Amino acid sequence: MNAILLLEQALNGLQFGLMLFLLAAGLTLVFGIMDMINLAHGSLYMVGAYLIASITTATGNYGLGLLFGVLGAAAFGALLELSVLRRLYTRDHLSQVLGTFAILLICNETVRLIWGPQPIALSTPDWLSGPVQIFEGFYYAAFSLFIIAMGSAVALAMYLAITRTRLGMQVRAGAANRDMAMVMGVDVQKLFTAVFAVGAGLCGLAGGLLGPVMAVQVGMGESILIMAFVVIVIGGIGSVRGAFLGALFVGILDTAGRTFIPLLFSQLMSAEAAANAAPAVASILIYLLMATVLFFKPRGLFPTHG
Amino acid sequence: MAEVSRASSGAPTGSGLDHSLHLRWALPVLALLLLFPWAASALGAEFYVSLASRMLIFALAATSLNLILGFGGMVSFGHAAFMGVGAYVVGIALQEGLGSAWLAWPLAMGVSALVALVIGAISLRTQGVYFIMITLAFAQMLYFLAVSIKAYGGDDGLQLMARSTLASGIDLARERDFYYVTLGLLCASLLGVARLLNARFGHVLQAIRHNESRMLALGFPVFRYKLIAFVVAGALAGLSGALLANLGGFVSPSLMQWSQSGMLMIMVILGGVGYLYGGVVGAVFFLLLEEVLSHFTIYWQLGLGVVLLAVVLLAPNGLTSLLRRRTGAGHG
Repeated sequence: MNAILLLEQALNGLQFGLMLFLLAAGLTLVFGIMDMINLAHGSLYMVGAYLIASITTATGNYGLGLLFGVLGAAAFGALLELSVLRRLYTRDHLSQVLGTFAILLICNETVRLIWGPQPIALSTPDWLSGPVQIFEGFYYAAFSLFIIAMGSAVALAMYLAITRTRLGMQVRAGAANRDMAMVMGVDVQKLFTAVFAVGAGLCGLAGGLLGPVMAVQVGMGESILIMAFVVIVIGGIGSVRGAFLGALFVGILDTAGRTFIPLLFSQLMSAEAAANAAPAVASILIYLLMATVLFFKPRGLFPTHG
Repeated sequence: MAEVSRASSGAPTGSGLDHSLHLRWALPVLALLLLFPWAASALGAEFYVSLASRMLIFALAATSLNLILGFGGMVSFGHAAFMGVGAYVVGIALQEGLGSAWLAWPLAMGVSALVALVIGAISLRTQGVYFIMITLAFAQMLYFLAVSIKAYGGDDGLQLMARSTLASGIDLARERDFYYVTLGLLCASLLGVARLLNARFGHVLQAIRHNESRMLALGFPVFRYKLIAFVVAGALAGLSGALLANLGGFVSPSLMQWSQSGMLMIMVILGGVGYLYGGVVGAVFFLLLEEVLSHFTIYWQLGLGVVLLAVVLLAPNGLTSLLRRRTGAGHG
């Protein structure tokens, strides 16, 4: 185990964590402010990735694809909020689960109808492909650095928007106590739509950034949705700061687990047993983390309500 | 607290704590179900007998989830794990040469109950959304555990060579016999659940769902009541898993995937949270819809999504509530 490997894994973890944050930020706000369980959040990620891939292919420009894809995802999110989700806010959590699950199915099948069942290609643009030498003897993929840069920039922008702007203040007020915020004159209808659109845009961005790394395919949103839920539950629902730290925590733990547990196990047991057990244990880690956090802090690390 | 009371607001109110078996409706339906295999073989559609068995098995699983979700207010997002544990116990037992249903099925229920005891004891410390997520976390852990057990198939699953054996006259390998056994177990479970709900235990459980703080203040051991209900539901889900393993002849980790837990939850919500037959109605409707739609188009999930959305928006308390509204109008 050497320093290069450690550094590389730390960067990988950071990269994954930042992408999880993009997904979790919108989810935690929707959850915290509107008290709404949105299983269709992963669909926004998928729709964003498909839009970005299509626009990139059509224009031949990844930057344009990213820009318009994110805007498209935000518009789609706003449309979803205005048409269906708005009716579910006042309903109980179970109806929300059923309703958003229905939307998830509809999105999946519609995407399959439009783009076909095969995964579609979203390749890294030329100027971002290939490794970069960071220092003597350490190369890291340029695209991964791009992901880290974008993720960090968005996280910083979110931080500034939430702590420094009027909208951010309203969002925080809404997450802490929705009824009080309404009484104090916050136009929650508009706020909800705005938050939802921003959350959808962030999802789309994550889809566009992860698209070249993972596959752009139907159902891509489901597995990552569960991880995003894990993140926001660890962080405390409604807390963007919690989502950020939770995402980094989960991203780094998951990445480290996948790299180091096989190494560790191969020292402890036979090669065959290690090959069997290591991937499963690595996958379990984040759920173990979540269960442990909830056991000691039943409302997450940074609870926002009361 | 707010989350808990909201989560349970979809359940029927004002109908009291007792749940009638509605024998006036249930008995004719049961008679039809008893005649079904004959009708199917007369029409040369024996394939539908095993499909019906599958519906009955999921009806049992959804009923067990409804016991804690609908009557106990515990929204478990990991219920498929107990089904999976039951299925794996039977699968492993068959692999190791233990074919007797009299041993393997109670064993499946017992192991599922034990797993539910451990998961419930930890999870029930949390409330509302956090409870949903921690049950999901445990189910995912069991899922990955099943993936890692290479001796019993790992990711690929475990192919079963035979079904369990019950008695000399009953051959579970015959679809008709299996159907009747499943139907019998479902009826027994429904009777048991109804008895449980109408007893003091069930009344306390439902009162906890309505107002947990008040029950605590009245001195009821709330945690213990919820845990017992959780364990009973786990055992019943284990039984349904044991049946499912026998029906499909195949056990795999995908039985425990979160989407499977989600599907069980959808069935209960669809049928009606907190209605005795909610789980049955939801499971049958869901699987029937899936079967019918997939005949017409490969994009059947689109239709399913549209129907589910329509149910959410138009029948807020599930399908059973529509029936009740109609039948209850006369004396209500």
